[in-house]
Amino acid sequence: MRFRFAETAIDTSAARREVLDSGAGGYVSFEGWVRDHNEGREVTRLEYEAFQALAVKEGDRIVAEALARFPIKHALCIHRVGSLDLTAMAVWVGVSAAHRGEAFAACRFIIDEVKHRLPIWKKEHYRSGDSGWVNCEHCAAAPGHTDHTHHTHHTDHA
Amino acid sequence: MTLAAAQVYGLILAGGSSSRMQRDKAALEYRGQAQLDRVFDLVALHVPRVFVSVREDQTRDPTRARRPLIVDSAVLAQDAAAAGATGGPIIGIRSALGAFPDVAWLVVACDLPFLSATALNQLLTQRDPGRLATAFLSTHDGLPEPLCAVWEPAAAPALAEHQRAGRNCPRKFLINHPVKLLEPEDRRALDNINTPAEYAAALGALQGIDPGPGAPPMQLSIQYFALLREQAGRSHETLETAAATPADLYAELQHRYGFTLPREQLKVAVNSDFADWSRRLVAGDSIVFIPPVAGG
Repeated sequence: MRFRFAETAIDTSAARREVLDSGAGGYVSFEGWVRDHNEGREVTRLEYEAFQALAVKEGDRIVAEALARFPIKHALCIHRVGSLDLTAMAVWVGVSAAHRGEAFAACRFIIDEVKHRLPIWKKEHYRSGDSGWVNCEHCAAAPGHTDHTHHTHHTDHA
Repeated sequence: MTLAAAQVYGLILAGGSSSRMQRDKAALEYRGQAQLDRVFDLVALHVPRVFVSVREDQTRDPTRARRPLIVDSAVLAQDAAAAGATGGPIIGIRSALGAFPDVAWLVVACDLPFLSATALNQLLTQRDPGRLATAFLSTHDGLPEPLCAVWEPAAAPALAEHQRAGRNCPRKFLINHPVKLLEPEDRRALDNINTPAEYAAALGALQGIDPGPGAPPMQLSIQYFALLREQAGRSHETLETAAATPADLYAELQHRYGFTLPREQLKVAVNSDFADWSRRLVAGDSIVFIPPVAGG
């Protein structure tokens, strides 16, 4: 299993052990965090919801694609569901490889594809008391793997 | 070299004696429509010509007489009888193959109250014209179902041989010859009825369902997520619908629940995998409409 959901806080040290490899000279991880603002509004917390049966299949396919595309050793992605407070970790990606270049590239590939392809939704709760589902159309467009400056998300990987 | 596949006509088998039912099965009514008419009209949506297969003594029967008929060939029946075969559906199929030697036949028994467009579509799209026939495997015993099948022109001599050996059973023919066998997508479509009790049960099962011939209604299960869950006021439901595709179904549900998202912004999953909006839905499918995603 190369992709999974977590109902509670992601245990990154346990996850990191899953990609250890004696042939790996480098390891890259990415953490997406809940941020206190989005598109000019103050955010107090997020609710994540997923169609897990399909998301797990598609998540496994994404990691399998990364393993086929880049010369890496192992890759794993874990995504949270449920209610998350500010600074909580929403997603974790870990990649090990013989060399750092491939590990960085594969990690970037996985998080970009995860954001674009998995049936996961988040509802923002605002300081003002209302809330709304994030329907950002540029997320639904095909991601370019080079230019991500247009992404403006809650989590720090924008 | 690939030969062009033969054109397909429809043949509705209505020559049975209905002995267990104790009344003519072709005339049994579901929602005011004779069973024979319902099956005939459904098959007519899929092939250019449809005939009813009858015995010589049934040609004036009012349920049958208003349709184009193919009467069992007396010559074939005598030959079969001489070999010890008593006729039955094989005579009807052979008579049709004899009447139009270049045509393949979508052969359907008239006593299939649950027959669906889904089943006929599957048979016709997955047909292998290079075999003697294309048939479904029974959901009850896993054996081939001869009476909802496509019979190719090349089956004629083999069927003649079968009867010359005194064999009468079309099912044994399918078991012993090179035919294409399909797992039915619509698992209820071939449930036939033979007794008054089965007729009563079928009437009950069809209660509340409007069996228009082109769009037999079916039960689907739907799961809702995120904004759609909130707007539908539920996370899942099962419903009867005549929607043929996910696009039709979304239009129906958008009307019912006032979904604000246009379909162009959604994707759809059928049975937990991404699917086309134009995919043909079948009974029991599980559908999820996917609003713009926002993971990460």
